[in-house]
Amino acid sequence: MFGILDRSHETGASEYQVPYGALKPIRPHCQKANTPTVKKTVLQNTWVEHLKRIQADQDQRAFAELFAHFAPRVKAFLMKSGASPSMAEECTQEVMATLWHKAHLFDPSRASVATWIFTIARNKKIDALRKQRRPEPENLEWGPEAEPEAADILVLQQESQQLTEAMTALPSQQRELIEKAYFGDLSHSEIAAETGLPLGTIKSRLRLALSKLRQTMK
Amino acid sequence: MNNMTQIKHHLTDQLLIGYAAGTLPEAFNLVVATHLSMCDSCRAAAQAYDAIGGAFLETDAQASMDEGALEETLALIGKGPSAAKPMAASDVPSPLGAYIGGGLGDVKWRSVGMGVRQAVLSTSKSATARLLYIPAGAAVPDHGHRGTELTLVLQGAFRDATARFAAGDVEVANEDLNHTPVAEIGEDCICLAATDAPLRFNSWIPRMAQPFLRI
Ligand SMILES: [Zn+2]
Repeated sequence: MFGILDRSHETGASEYQVPYGALKPIRPHCQKANTPTVKKTVLQNTWVEHLKRIQADQDQRAFAELFAHFAPRVKAFLMKSGASPSMAEECTQEVMATLWHKAHLFDPSRASVATWIFTIARNKKIDALRKQRRPEPENLEWGPEAEPEAADILVLQQESQQLTEAMTALPSQQRELIEKAYFGDLSHSEIAAETGLPLGTIKSRLRLALSKLRQTMK
Repeated sequence: MNNMTQIKHHLTDQLLIGYAAGTLPEAFNLVVATHLSMCDSCRAAAQAYDAIGGAFLETDAQASMDEGALEETLALIGKGPSAAKPMAASDVPSPLGAYIGGGLGDVKWRSVGMGVRQAVLSTSKSATARLLYIPAGAAVPDHGHRGTELTLVLQGAFRDATARFAAGDVEVANEDLNHTPVAEIGEDCICLAATDAPLRFNSWIPRMAQPFLRI
């Protein structure tokens, strides 16, 4: 259901009948066909509760804990993307302030907190470093009946954790290749120079790494 | 317009990854965001690729924040959120509406000959986005590509040598594709197209027209 790196779900494209009408965007949550049986598990270390406390109570202690965990990660990501340390510092503070102001938009059935923060940081990178606007898909409107369900939240958060664990478990060389491929830095000659591997080997390693990830998601 | 339409031609994984990682030119991001607004399946895939970015963020290096960073951020929060621009009502998905400044009725079309009209949208220079208006039954001049061209159908349908593309479908054309898109009889076809290289037309008249096309 999460479909990480797996587009096979699309081959049977008859899943959705999209009413096209006057170019209206589609609506979410029309895919609850097979609600999984969910074991009663407590969500740990997902930060979801922290965001709820920020949204509901403007809880500064919850924010401080989130900040301590994520701000250094966002800063490192921005520096890796080419920002100077002082620019990365400033942008990171703006990212974390955006998190506070947009906490009510966070949907734990669609993203982990880390994923959500990543998207804010990525958009900041495009805005501040690349000086471009970032077109985002039309917001999905939440009617009262479309309130995310606890089971959906649990599954999404667990799968995100598994993905993170899988990423951590990868041999560092494979992990690096995936990251380079993801961020578009996969210049073949550069990788060959870096790893001393010919192109064919790099490609098969990448496939191996991706299939390992996919395996873990099942 | 009221019949059920099913999207058959989707974004490639490469484009979805580039959109998630934030490495595409702005014009491509616009096509991707507009397609995602119309396509559940690609939206789910895009969210999965976002999750990979989240996993990198979670497990990657850290850079220590300056002293007093938390207090500064709280002060920043105290100033309130930056005002969001109010969105005008639109008959196109909101990411595209923001670039048009309204709906299809607000587009400033320019004729490019043979009944075809276009409107270039303002994006960063590394790629060009434009709306194309192709009258029912008319053809867009035969052209090859030096780079990648994305064409998303907003209304009507077109055919070329490879397939039929209807509302919501996106065609991803690379250097190898030399094609003549023809709008289907029955309805004028409106597309959002983006290219990261100037098109080169294969016949004489369109080549003359190229400077006016601003591509
Ligand atoms: Zn799609």
